Amino acid sequence: MQSEKQSNSLTRQVIQSISDASLVPFLAILTAVVVGGVIIAFVGGDPLLAYRGLIQGSFGSTKALSETAVWATPYIFAGLAVALAFKGGLFNIGAEGQLAVGAVASSLIGYALPEWLGYDLPAIIHLPLAIIFGILMGGLWAGIVGWLKAYTGGHEVINTIMMNYIALNTTSFLLNGVMKDRSPTNVIARTPLIADSARIPPLFEGLRVHWGFILALLVAFLIWWLLNKTTLGFQIRTVGLNPDAAKYAGINVKRIIILTMVLSGMLAGMAGTIEVTGLNYRHELGFSIGYGYDAIAIALLGKSHPLGVVLSAFLFAAMRNGATRMQFLTQMPVDLISMLQAFILLFVAADAIVRYIYRIKSKGERVVLTRGWGG
Amino acid sequence: MTEANIVLEAKNITKQFPGVLANDRVNFDLRKGEIHALLGENGAGKSTLMNLIYGLHLPDKGEIFVNGKPIEIKSPNDSIAAGIGMVHQHFMLIPVFTVAENVMLGDEVTKRGSLDRATVAAKINEISKQYGLDVDPNALVGDLPVGLQQRVEIVKTLYRNAEIVILDEPTAVLTPQEAEDLFRIMHDLTARGVSIIFITHKLKEVLAVADRITVMRAGHVVNTVPPSETNEAQLANMMVGRQVILTVEKKDHQASGDILKVENLFVRDQRGLETIHNVSFTVRGGEILGIAGVQGNGQTELSEAITGLRAVQSGKVLIDEQDLTDKSPRFMTAAGLAHIPEDRQRHGLVLSYSVADNMALCDYYRPPFSNRGVIQQKALDENARNLISAFDVRTPSPFVNAGKLSGGNQQKVIVARELSRENVKLVIANQPTRGLDVGSIEYIHSEIIKMRDRGVAVLLISAELDEIMALSDRIVVMYRGQIVATVETKQATREQLGLWMAGAHVETA
Repeated sequence: MQSEKQSNSLTRQVIQSISDASLVPFLAILTAVVVGGVIIAFVGGDPLLAYRGLIQGSFGSTKALSETAVWATPYIFAGLAVALAFKGGLFNIGAEGQLAVGAVASSLIGYALPEWLGYDLPAIIHLPLAIIFGILMGGLWAGIVGWLKAYTGGHEVINTIMMNYIALNTTSFLLNGVMKDRSPTNVIARTPLIADSARIPPLFEGLRVHWGFILALLVAFLIWWLLNKTTLGFQIRTVGLNPDAAKYAGINVKRIIILTMVLSGMLAGMAGTIEVTGLNYRHELGFSIGYGYDAIAIALLGKSHPLGVVLSAFLFAAMRNGATRMQFLTQMPVDLISMLQAFILLFVAADAIVRYIYRIKSKGERVVLTRGWGG
Repeated sequence: MTEANIVLEAKNITKQFPGVLANDRVNFDLRKGEIHALLGENGAGKSTLMNLIYGLHLPDKGEIFVNGKPIEIKSPNDSIAAGIGMVHQHFMLIPVFTVAENVMLGDEVTKRGSLDRATVAAKINEISKQYGLDVDPNALVGDLPVGLQQRVEIVKTLYRNAEIVILDEPTAVLTPQEAEDLFRIMHDLTARGVSIIFITHKLKEVLAVADRITVMRAGHVVNTVPPSETNEAQLANMMVGRQVILTVEKKDHQASGDILKVENLFVRDQRGLETIHNVSFTVRGGEILGIAGVQGNGQTELSEAITGLRAVQSGKVLIDEQDLTDKSPRFMTAAGLAHIPEDRQRHGLVLSYSVADNMALCDYYRPPFSNRGVIQQKALDENARNLISAFDVRTPSPFVNAGKLSGGNQQKVIVARELSRENVKLVIANQPTRGLDVGSIEYIHSEIIKMRDRGVAVLLISAELDEIMALSDRIVVMYRGQIVATVETKQATREQLGLWMAGAHVETA
């Protein structure tokens, strides 16, 4: 009896904590939708029609659902990358660059490895190689920033931004140079197509959604498990919440900072890799503009919880995907979606506004996303 | 006394914070030229009341009168305008500025666009002479000892024409002699018509200097009495709400061999300044060695260096003959160190973790808490349940965040975690009872003595001389990063220790 009662109250506690955590994001979305609707009406559109278009375009058909999942796949990986770093007290703005590095690395393996070896590889070897190489490069790219933070105190925000420039310009250099698609008709900065053996098969015939989407959901679960059930996760969270206490508790804080950045970069690298191996079958300059930055919004909206990240990745994917249909129905520009996303983010980040509008009392605990300069 | 003598009156003040009724219909008055002591434990509502009077918070209900007129205090500007000044426990001074610059800060006097230091300095000299404060307006604040910095704070309030001065725990950072000086200054101030509210939790001081004493407990005023009609035991009783044993019961100690040996230790602080110079001492098993000293004389750096939190520049730290100099905290824990850190919220706990997680903060990686890198939640919870009942931690459940517990119970979580480890040979307790209620202090003291009686070596660091004298078997005194005296507690007197804490030994040597 006693233990049953206890587990009952524990379940209630869990439900309570989930609804507490999701209340503000939910209300932020609601408020953003209302504000967005007012703006649509203000510029002479029909808000209800616009939102209907958005929903139809993102969930209205099998194809629409498939495309939403296609959008959601890199969003989930990149969102998890930023969320994991947040958990470790680090602000990884560099998902964009890590993603590009991962995409370049795995497309290289994808098209060039058979040429170098002089024979074709079976998919069971070639595909994992392409994916793993992309992940490792993403991890390495972010790991440099982690190392700088741990051993020189260089702030990760500055360094990830700088590493983004290096990554994106190096990518441009490679895609316009040695890695450029040499087919006579091509004028774009892009790599050749990767071999069939390095491609992730689609989930269903005729739809673009691929096994990478399932992988994203699995990885989200894995990250949740890692953070909450393992000693490594305990160390990452402790360093994130209170690095002084972590040091006192015997945790090697420098090592954990580097490791957190490496893991975060690996997840971001995976976002790039999966886009290459599962969707585009090549890396093209500019394919991912904004994934790495949207990922920050997704992680914030998802409160850095893996499940929250998956849900907000879906929301962002649906908005991006449904935007075209919305534009078709109402002649509202697609940019409206960016505005809507910005409003959501604004209300999540400045949650005091939402708390004020809906008269929610603060629980008195603030989520520390990142520490200040010198912290 | 007539009504006209009352310079400040707070009537029926009520202030509610989320979950706490911090002030419940509190009445308080201050007469012209008196020292009115406000006594109470942490969380009794003293600070809340003063923050309301100083304008840092707004009361939910009630009124504040200054010189008989009701006034509304919305910010410190209003209270300063009404002639109220406050000296905070943590000084609000800028060390790289001179005394004059600090005093005029926020109310700068300028002459043709540049700071008019001369005029301000002249006024400071005048105030300084009038009240016997002896403050040099051109000295850099960072160069002044703590006692003088405090006088700068007092000058700041007088410079702004304060007639009511609130002193928040002013003696916490002072040596006994510096405290005597402060009391003399307080009497000089009141003799010239200034009224003082003196906030403290030290009973002896209250009886020595106050004209009236108001005791608060749990948001209420318990009573207001003149010191002639009360005594320490009665005041303690009012503060806590029950009989309190003011002395610590302990048997004579049975010291065994050396457990902790510190040899010729040199340590630098984060600015690279050498804060520990050539410190050597030993702590034997079954003995409590107390390190006395005014805060900021190297105690923090010393304990951090011994526990592996700070790099040692040179010298050695040995535990049980094993050289552990510059080993990681993990290594130290494995070697038998239990560490109750100085700042419980910064080092000792992760406030947003549950009590259960905090109770395994140092041992999460070992069986039974971990199995091949996977946390065993059941073992964590069971450990927490055992420790909660063994150490009487008041928490609704092991799953509550540590941040929701009271300070005393937070400290009990740390004490439980550290002292329950099976291999403990050495306890380092740094300010183990700072800011705690009397009940928790009694409990933690008894646990520390229990460890000593089990043959464990205990290094106790505290800025409270009374705590050092009550618990320690031997006392060393630290002054400016050096040990200036070592004495058996039985042969020590407060006065002599106070002189050493003020550096008397260094000056005569």
